[in-house]
Amino acid sequence: MSVLTQSLGDGAVVAKRNLIKVKRVPDLLVFTTLSPIMFVLLFAFVFGSAIPIPGVNYREFLMAGIFAQTVVFGSTITGYSLAEDLQKGIIDRFRSLPMSQSAVLVGRTTADVANNVIVLVVMSITGLLVGWRIRTSILEALGAYVLLLLFAYAFSWVMAYVGLAVRAPEVVNNASFIVIFPLTFIANTFVPTTNFPPVLKAFADWNPISSVTYAARTLFGNLPAGAPEPTAWPLQHAVPYVLLWVVGILVVFVPLAVRQYRRAASR
Amino acid sequence: MTEAVIAEGLVKTYGSIRALDGLDLAVPEGSVLALLGPNGAGKTTCVRVLTTLLQPDAGRAQVAGIDVLRRPRDVRKVIGLSGQYAAVDEYLTGYENLDMIGRLYHVGRTAARARARGLLAQFRLEDAADRPVKTYSGGMRRRLDLAGALVARPQVLFLDEPTTGLDPRSRTDMWQVLADLVAAGTTVLLTTQYLEEADRLADSVVVVDHGQVIARGTSDELKAQVGGEVVEIVVADPLRLGDATRVLVTVAGGGGPTVDEHVRKVSVALKGDRPAAPVLVESLRELDAQGISVRDVAVRRPTLDDVFLTLTGHAAEEPTGDAELETAGTR
Repeated sequence: MSVLTQSLGDGAVVAKRNLIKVKRVPDLLVFTTLSPIMFVLLFAFVFGSAIPIPGVNYREFLMAGIFAQTVVFGSTITGYSLAEDLQKGIIDRFRSLPMSQSAVLVGRTTADVANNVIVLVVMSITGLLVGWRIRTSILEALGAYVLLLLFAYAFSWVMAYVGLAVRAPEVVNNASFIVIFPLTFIANTFVPTTNFPPVLKAFADWNPISSVTYAARTLFGNLPAGAPEPTAWPLQHAVPYVLLWVVGILVVFVPLAVRQYRRAASR
Repeated sequence: MTEAVIAEGLVKTYGSIRALDGLDLAVPEGSVLALLGPNGAGKTTCVRVLTTLLQPDAGRAQVAGIDVLRRPRDVRKVIGLSGQYAAVDEYLTGYENLDMIGRLYHVGRTAARARARGLLAQFRLEDAADRPVKTYSGGMRRRLDLAGALVARPQVLFLDEPTTGLDPRSRTDMWQVLADLVAAGTTVLLTTQYLEEADRLADSVVVVDHGQVIARGTSDELKAQVGGEVVEIVVADPLRLGDATRVLVTVAGGGGPTVDEHVRKVSVALKGDRPAAPVLVESLRELDAQGISVRDVAVRRPTLDDVFLTLTGHAAEEPTGDAELETAGTR
């Protein structure tokens, strides 16, 4: 058996384990889907009533941003769960088995994708109910979803590394919140960045989350009518820029996370 | 006899703590070796090195003839590990846990399923097989964890404190399960801080303290090092404990007394195979003559507790406060 097929085979076994947990503890899924629904409704009706964006209904503008924020937060489950497995000694058990060294991480990050798919479906339905519309083709919309999931997938490898390095589930949660929350807010996710102070504007322009959002917004056809073309390069080339980040993150964090996995339990 | 496990000069340090300090051991094929020592002695660290979880700073190890450091993956194919904390997934059922482990040992889908059912029956977990592990008692989890270690019919089984934290009944249960395994010819290396456990299960015992082996042998050999039978006397009046100690030492003629003021007990191990009964009778007569009233007397075989006390100068089972140290050091 080649290394790759074994890694995928073992990864599938571990992913199945993680998905069974979702089934056994439905509260988990309920809360991961409830909070995005809450976000959609809060932003749509509270902020939406105060943020006029010329050329588009705010609820349409909003959805791509909320999608991006939610899937990135979704990928933190990886960090939390790995830290928990480490604490409970389950990683020790896995490491004493003749299985692929990357399988636990492959399985965990893959399970996150499944989670994110479910969450995206629920949010999309909520969005459609409050007036969001896909104004392009099915194909382009699918492209947007795939891009969101890809970015989130790459990000879960960052979280895998963090979870294994930090080793305390609660700390992983708090730490990731402190980092990810601003990251998803200093971007074009919820408001246009035109009036940001220069430093924030520059940050937002190069923030990959802005590019994910911008690309998804474009692919869903939710850009404000008559909005000027973006001047920042990452937004002009949003899709390649995001893909570049995805590849970059994977190249750096897959080996880092696997190395950390090998060492994590060895202390 | 071929050695199933060999460790030579294992060293592992954490900052200034030497968790393993040149530890050597060998376990002959088909035998049971107990690694005995207090919390923080390095037992868990040793098991983690032998099961490929931890890289030692120095030393060499072989399991089933395979170099642990050079070919960890091949070692993993022939070992089973059951740790101090039952490493089972509490959201999965018992069956799902074992099935998953079988799949990860690459025994094949059908074989993994059959093996999972078989082990659940063997460990009396059939009724709970399809319930999430969350609903299991501590003893059931531990049995399931042990079953997990046996999925691939390992040549060498490592058990890190298999009964720590179990109630007496579950512990006896576990001993029975282990005795059956041993009878079937599995090589076992187990760590324990319960002397009774080592006494009961192991062919040979290695006593560790501060990462070093301080004694080894069969449990009878170790007991012989300490001395023969032990005479114990409990006095009624705590103020007379000192007098009683003097009487007992004089009559027994040697052997340091062990005094437990809390329970007003003094005990002395007799030299060689000197019979205890005459010593006991003479002591009682002398105590009576001095007007020291005796609450209780006993003659017993030395336990490994006595061994430990003699070898290290401190008791084996220390207060649980030290457990923190072990956890911080080795996990």
